[in-house]
Amino acid sequence: MMACAPLEILMTITDNGFSATRRLILQGVAAVALVGPGNLGFGLAPAFAAANDKYPEDAFKAKGDADAIKALYGKAAEPSDKVKLDAPEIAENGAVVPISVSTTLADVTSISFLVSENPNALAASYRIPAGTMPSVANRLKMAKTSNVIAIVEAGGKLYSATKEVKVTVGGCGG
Amino acid sequence: MNVRSAIHVASAAVFSATLALATLALTATPPATAADTIDPVADAKAFQKYFTTKFPKLKLEDFVNGPYSMDEGMHRQWEEKEQFPPYEFSLDMGKELFAKPFKNGKSFADCFANGGIGIRQNYPYFDEKEGKVVTLELALNRCREANGEAPFSYVKDEMAALTAYMAFTSRGKPFDIKIPNDPRALAAYQNGKQYFYTRRGQLNFSCATCHVQSPGERIRAEVLAPALGLLNAMPIYRSEWSGMGTISRRFTTCNSQIRGVPLEPQADEYRDLEYYLSYVSNGLPISGPGARP
Amino acid sequence: MASTIRVRATASGETTEVQALIQHPMDSGFVKDAKGEIIPPHFIRELTFEYDGKSVFVADWGAAVSKDPYVKFSFKGGKKGEDLKISWVDNQGQSDTTTAKIQ
Repeated sequence: MMACAPLEILMTITDNGFSATRRLILQGVAAVALVGPGNLGFGLAPAFAAANDKYPEDAFKAKGDADAIKALYGKAAEPSDKVKLDAPEIAENGAVVPISVSTTLADVTSISFLVSENPNALAASYRIPAGTMPSVANRLKMAKTSNVIAIVEAGGKLYSATKEVKVTVGGCGG
Repeated sequence: MNVRSAIHVASAAVFSATLALATLALTATPPATAADTIDPVADAKAFQKYFTTKFPKLKLEDFVNGPYSMDEGMHRQWEEKEQFPPYEFSLDMGKELFAKPFKNGKSFADCFANGGIGIRQNYPYFDEKEGKVVTLELALNRCREANGEAPFSYVKDEMAALTAYMAFTSRGKPFDIKIPNDPRALAAYQNGKQYFYTRRGQLNFSCATCHVQSPGERIRAEVLAPALGLLNAMPIYRSEWSGMGTISRRFTTCNSQIRGVPLEPQADEYRDLEYYLSYVSNGLPISGPGARP
Repeated sequence: MASTIRVRATASGETTEVQALIQHPMDSGFVKDAKGEIIPPHFIRELTFEYDGKSVFVADWGAAVSKDPYVKFSFKGGKKGEDLKISWVDNQGQSDTTTAKIQ
């Protein structure tokens, strides 16, 4: 329900999901290096390793979620109600959306979060060694209304849960 | 943080019972003629009653959480973020900054009662010597200038960090704004009240349009906060700013957002506005620093 | 210089819950500054947690993780008073590390 005056409202639209008003002053670093430590260059992460040992460079570069999942795990995921994805229905602000996942599946080795409508779908991927609980909470950026997909790698297989999170343009502030 | 009760979501069409009061609130108040027409005590009572009647399920202290007390979905997101809130870094910086001595060896503690600890709830106050309202932000910069240091920007960074720390040391303490029996103080209070209820800007909104008439409703996608308790959580880390902002920041940006020309931070009207808004929230606890969308 | 890493590690029964908040701009590379120029991507790529010489959690992050990133997880074991080591490396080669005591 709108409480604004009706005509010609041209509110400043915040660049939802990626607005930043400050940045660190870099010490003479001009070029952006995207090659991480230990990266061997152009090889893909091994497809059948229980958990990738390297930073998943290609997965983060992939656009869509299907490509990102393939690059990350080399297989497809099946939806499972044993993966509990917790995310708000309407994000208070696309820049900081609290999202968490937990699961009752056994032998979990990896948990990942994707935001389908982001420029690059893969947002974060977590390696879960034996002895660590299969549950992660984090805060992600969402460019716009999108499906959020949680992937759990358990016992060598992939399981997923999906939830749509609405992201709206902020108005005059609360 | 604060005690939370069941969240009451305001329905869109609750005006009948409060229409009379709301209408009175929305018209510009008549110019104050004699001191006996200004009655802050009655104002505060009516102000608080208006909001507690509008949101019967909320406890008085819940109002300091702004939009989070108005909407369940938002409340959950806020609770999750409060587990490890984004203003932590500013708060730490504020503590350090507050303790750091000036070049002349003195520090902020020398400018404030009780060394500046646990006193935020007393600001703003009316300075009878100067004949004007003094806010916490103003007092901090005056302290710097009195000790040979350059003032900080009023809207963010160091000022936000310092006020965050001082608010933090007062968490839980109720606002305790005093209006001395001085016609100038009453005039300043009334001036602030008048500002609050006066429409301005291209969008022709007053502060009351959003915060008295429409708390809990949405303006575009944002849920509006009630005016009661509005300043208790300041300064705030806003997701929209990706950082901290002070009361000065919020007043100026709000003016811009309704397409009015913002005043300079700590202009007389803003100081009086802060005086009024703080006074009518007397009794509600300081909850700052806070987080907002 | 103060660490960029804030940690709360709490042992309770057989598990230790870890919450971390890190001061970092996490610039995505999609945002322009006031002059209209792109702010280059600057984000943490890897965040590691070690207990008793072993890795208990590794985060591989992209630019879509929020500014001043937060993460929470739990692991079995972890005793009160013991150390938890946290380190991060970002895409510009900057890094930070800290050791926190489990409460």
